[in-house]
Amino acid sequence: MGEFEPKIVGFFCNWCSYRGADLAGTSRLKYVPNVRVIRVMCSGRVDPTFVLKALQSGADGVLISGCHIGDCHYQDGNRKTVRRFSLLKKMLTQLGIEDERVQLEWVSASEATRFASIVNDMTEEVRKLGPFPINGGISG
Amino acid sequence: MAKLKLAVFWAASCGGCDVAILDINEKILDLAEIADIVLWPCAADFKYHHVEAMEDKSIDVCLWNGSVRTSEHEDIAKLLRAKTKVMVAFGSCACFGGIPALANFSNRDEIFERAYIEAPTNDNPNRTLPQTLTKVKEGELELPEFYNTVHSLAQVIDVEYYIPGCPPPVDLILKVVDALATGQLPPPGSVIASEKTLCDECDRIKEGKSISKIYRPHQIIPDDKKCLLEQGILCMGPATRGGCGLRCIKVNMPCRGCFGPPAGVVDQGAKLVSAIASIYNAGSEEEISKMVDEIVDPAGTFYRFGMSTSLLKRKRIAGLNSPR
Repeated sequence: MGEFEPKIVGFFCNWCSYRGADLAGTSRLKYVPNVRVIRVMCSGRVDPTFVLKALQSGADGVLISGCHIGDCHYQDGNRKTVRRFSLLKKMLTQLGIEDERVQLEWVSASEATRFASIVNDMTEEVRKLGPFPINGGISG
Repeated sequence: MAKLKLAVFWAASCGGCDVAILDINEKILDLAEIADIVLWPCAADFKYHHVEAMEDKSIDVCLWNGSVRTSEHEDIAKLLRAKTKVMVAFGSCACFGGIPALANFSNRDEIFERAYIEAPTNDNPNRTLPQTLTKVKEGELELPEFYNTVHSLAQVIDVEYYIPGCPPPVDLILKVVDALATGQLPPPGSVIASEKTLCDECDRIKEGKSISKIYRPHQIIPDDKKCLLEQGILCMGPATRGGCGLRCIKVNMPCRGCFGPPAGVVDQGAKLVSAIASIYNAGSEEEISKMVDEIVDPAGTFYRFGMSTSLLKRKRIAGLNSPR
C-alpha cells in the first residue's frame, strides 16, 4: 500500500478565494496538489450537506474558503457562512469528526501565498489524521 | 377476492407502532375483513418457524416497525422479505432509524458498559455481559448479536413503501389500508405522506424569521398562534416532511422531526443546521458563540429520528476506525 495522500475538497468563493488560488497558480507558487477545487459564487452557498456529502463520497477533508469578513461581494454572505459553519462544527464534533478535517479560512484575491500555506498546512494535518472512515470504520 | 395475508413485525422499537395500528379503532374490523394476520408477535401467537414454512411471496403485506439493531432483526427481515410481496417500513424507526438510532453516537462496548456495569441499579461484580454463545452443561445457549450500529429497514432489505411518523398517524394508516383493499397502490418507493415540509402545511402566523435567543421548551410558554421558531423554540418544521396532521404543533409543541427529511433533502440534520443558523441574528463572534451554546445538542436534536439514514450514519469513534 502506498503512502496515504489526503483528498481534500475545497469550496472556494468566486470573488476572493478562487482568484487567490488562481494567483497562486499564475505566480507559479509551489504547493501540494491535494485540494480538489469546487468554485462556488459565495462561501455562503456552501450548504452543510455539501460538507457531509464530500466526506461520505471519499474526501478526507473539506476546506471552505471565502472573502474576509467585510469584503463579501454580496455584503454579508460570509457572515452567514460563519454562523452555519460554527453550528456545523459543533455537530461534527459530536459525530466524532476531528477539528482539522473541516476548516474555514478567509483568502482574498491577492493572498496567493496565504492560500498556498493554508493548503500545505491543512494537507499535513489531514495526513496525520489518516483517511476518513466512510463506513464509520466498524462493522455490524 | 381472497383475503390478504398480513404480517406485522416489530424490531427495535417501543411498541407504539403496534398500538397505532389498533388506534384505527373500528376500522380494524375493515382490516380484519380484508386481511388475515399471519404474524404479529405483539398481538398473536405465531412462531418464526410458521413463517419459514410458508411459500415465498405468500404474504401480501408486511408492516415492519422498528429499526434493525440485532442479528435477529436482520435475519427476520430477510426471511420476511423472501415471503412478502409488499414490504412497508412502518414508522420512523423502520424508515430512518428513529430514536433507537441515537445509539449510533455510541457503540456496543459503550452501551454494554453503561447498561450492564455502570448504571446505578446494577449489581454485576463479575461483569457479566450478553454473549452470542454461552456454554452450559446442558448445551449451548444462543443470543442474537447486538450490532454496533443501528440500521433502517431499507439498509438491510428492499422496501416498497414508507409510512413515517412516531407513530404513523391514523389517517395515513387508513390510506394504506384503503389502497390495499382497492389494490390501487402508489408507485414503489413512495413515502406515504406529504411531499412538502411541515412549515408549508403549518397554519401559524409567520412574520419573518429572525431570532436572537433560543429557548428550550421549559423556559418559555409559547404563543399558540405564532410560528414557534420565530419565538425562539427549535422547531424541525423547515426540514421535516409534512403529512403528520400537525399533531405536535396543534398542542403548542415544536416539531421534533419524526417524519424525516422532505422530498429532495438528503440530510435532515445538515439542512436544519443551515436553516437555524441562517435565521439566528448573529454577526459578532460573541453572538455566534452564544447561538452555538444555546443549541445544546445539535446532532441529537437535528438527527433525533434520522441518524441511520443520515449521510454520516454514525459517530466516528477513535480506536474502532480502520483504514478503508
